Amino acid sequence: MSRLSVRDLAVEASHGIGARPGRLFLTILGTVLGIAALVVTMGMAQTGAGQIARQFDAVGATQAVARAGEAQTMGGETRARTTLPWDSPDRVTRLAGVEAAALLADVDVAGARISAVPIVDPTAVAGVPPAVVATSPELLAGVRATLATGRMFDGGHDARSDRVVVLGSGAAERLAINRVDSQPSIFIGEDAYTVIGILDDTARRKDLLDAVILPLGTARTDFGLAAPGELQMRIAVGAGEVVAEQVPIALSPNTPENVEVQAPPTGGELQRNIRGDINIVFIALGGVALVVGGLGIANVTLLSVMERVGEIGLRRALGATRGQVATQFIVESVVVGLLGGLIGAALGVFVVVGVSVAQEWTPIIDMPLAIGSALLGGVIGLVAGAYPAVKAASLEPVAALRGGL
Amino acid sequence: MTTADVAAVDPAGTEVLGAAPVPPVIDLRALTRSFPGDPPVVALRPTDLVLQEGDYLSIVGPSGSGKSTLLNLLGLLDRPTGGEYFLDGEPSHTVNERRRTALRAGRIGFVFQAFHLLPHRTVLENVMLATIYAGVPRAERYGRAVAALERVHLEHRLTFRPTTLSGGERQRVAVARAVVTNPRLLLADEPTGNLDSTTSGEVLDLFDELHADGLTLAVITHDDDVAARAQRSVRITDGLLEVLR
Ligand SMILES: Nc1ncnc2c1ncn2[C@@H]1O[C@H](COP(=O)(O)OP(=O)(O)OP(=O)(O)O)[C@@H](O)[C@H]1O
Ligand SMILES: [Mg+2]
Repeated sequence: MSRLSVRDLAVEASHGIGARPGRLFLTILGTVLGIAALVVTMGMAQTGAGQIARQFDAVGATQAVARAGEAQTMGGETRARTTLPWDSPDRVTRLAGVEAAALLADVDVAGARISAVPIVDPTAVAGVPPAVVATSPELLAGVRATLATGRMFDGGHDARSDRVVVLGSGAAERLAINRVDSQPSIFIGEDAYTVIGILDDTARRKDLLDAVILPLGTARTDFGLAAPGELQMRIAVGAGEVVAEQVPIALSPNTPENVEVQAPPTGGELQRNIRGDINIVFIALGGVALVVGGLGIANVTLLSVMERVGEIGLRRALGATRGQVATQFIVESVVVGLLGGLIGAALGVFVVVGVSVAQEWTPIIDMPLAIGSALLGGVIGLVAGAYPAVKAASLEPVAALRGGL
Repeated sequence: MTTADVAAVDPAGTEVLGAAPVPPVIDLRALTRSFPGDPPVVALRPTDLVLQEGDYLSIVGPSGSGKSTLLNLLGLLDRPTGGEYFLDGEPSHTVNERRRTALRAGRIGFVFQAFHLLPHRTVLENVMLATIYAGVPRAERYGRAVAALERVHLEHRLTFRPTTLSGGERQRVAVARAVVTNPRLLLADEPTGNLDSTTSGEVLDLFDELHADGLTLAVITHDDDVAARAQRSVRITDGLLEVLR
């Protein structure tokens, strides 16, 4: 007994399909639309997610800043209405939603020279000196900074007003300091400060990379720093509104209106949820289209079996087994489904790219997802073809031959 | 079955002591086919018939007498409700469906009144279709199909579609398809039923040629001229078979 080779099957099935191109179009329409709907839904969801992430980066969504409010004086100058307390970080980290906080203040060194050597080198080109910033020891967590080398100063340095500094990576480069294990010093004016660490990068306050950073206590002692400038806070996702409401009270219980807080809106979450709802609706629609598409294939394959009763009888007379007849019809409907899947997936990709181009977005489509969708068409064809194939195989050769070709 | 029995059935058999006897192509013993119903229709009453290799049998009889029923049984398209059918000595009435299908593919060729050619396939493809199910190696299929079409004098129509051929040409394609697998037995159910006398002649001449080449044929016909060409003939009346010659 011979078994039909894959090639023979493919040839016989392709002729069965190709015999009626007009009908083929209608047969695959449902599958094409269903698969296209799925690909568009998932493609747009991915593209949209990428877009949201771009517009509103993760750092932006989880970072807040508190400052003393400002008021216009009669003379037209701006003046702070209040000062943030020195223990602000402790106060706000007790609040739910605030994960870390650090105070920062710009230090006025009254034009003091900042250099790596104690002697004035008259030949050196006088560039813009690096800024001097005083911070609380929680800086790294508060602005999401990382150290390239060394360590951050701690509460002890702060309390003792130790002359230690951490350099931003840019400032370190300008001062030609790249390691701290030899305890190098820099000079602010006449005074030496020990460099104990170098910042690698920071998510907020990029200006810190070009600054000399020292403890608040040191700045108060050496440079008479009067008040902290701002409080940088790392907050939980979605905690923006709560933080904006509670931080002023924590910092200035009597006059919370004098503290200004910039916190991210909580809208992002809501937007994502709405998008999620739309996705479910679209996927449900795509699923319905796929069921309809599958029924379409089943229907047309069944019709094709009925029309080709004579052909089935002939094949049986020529020695085709029931299995061979069934396999041929299964293969035909799988190929039809696969064709629908491929066209649908291509169409879907096209729509996603088209919409993205129109909106000036970057289209994002998972390749395995697109290919999987096309294959899903084949699976639908397989399921849809099963019943007609069984029907075709169960025909008695004698009865089948009576139906003409 | 003993050697003596075979010798009695086949006196002309070239009998050499110890050599395996050649069984008849068709050997029917009380073969019966009835259809269930109230009352049941006995389409073929118990029938005995032996067809030797190279025999050319015509089957005649009025409409509804059971001719097609007999031919479907001979072609293993249908199962008997009683009796025995030895095809080339093999008890086809006892073998399973797979074996029957294999016998159909390898031993039997069919020609139908309505041609049964696939309209969207070329003449060559229609003939090659039979070789697929008969398990002919792919490399041999084309050559054998062309040879079969040469045998029916249609080598100039290889790439035509059946719909563009005359009735006689279509039936010759069907004959080529029936013989491309080198069957032992060619069965034809009113092969000239849809043809005029000229084109009927073409097909019947072809049968004569195949007969001359040694093929065993059984042909149903209404036409006495057709029946006259066959060296053996049976008449079926109301399911009862009567040997004419
Ligand atoms: N599937 C069936 N069920 C019931 N009766 C059947 C069936 N097939 C055939 N018959 C009956 O068997 C009898 C013989 O039918 P058959 O087709 O063999 O006739 P026939 O000699 O070929 O006739 P025709 O010359 O018209 O083709 C008829 O009476 C027919 O009604
Ligand atoms: Mg008949």
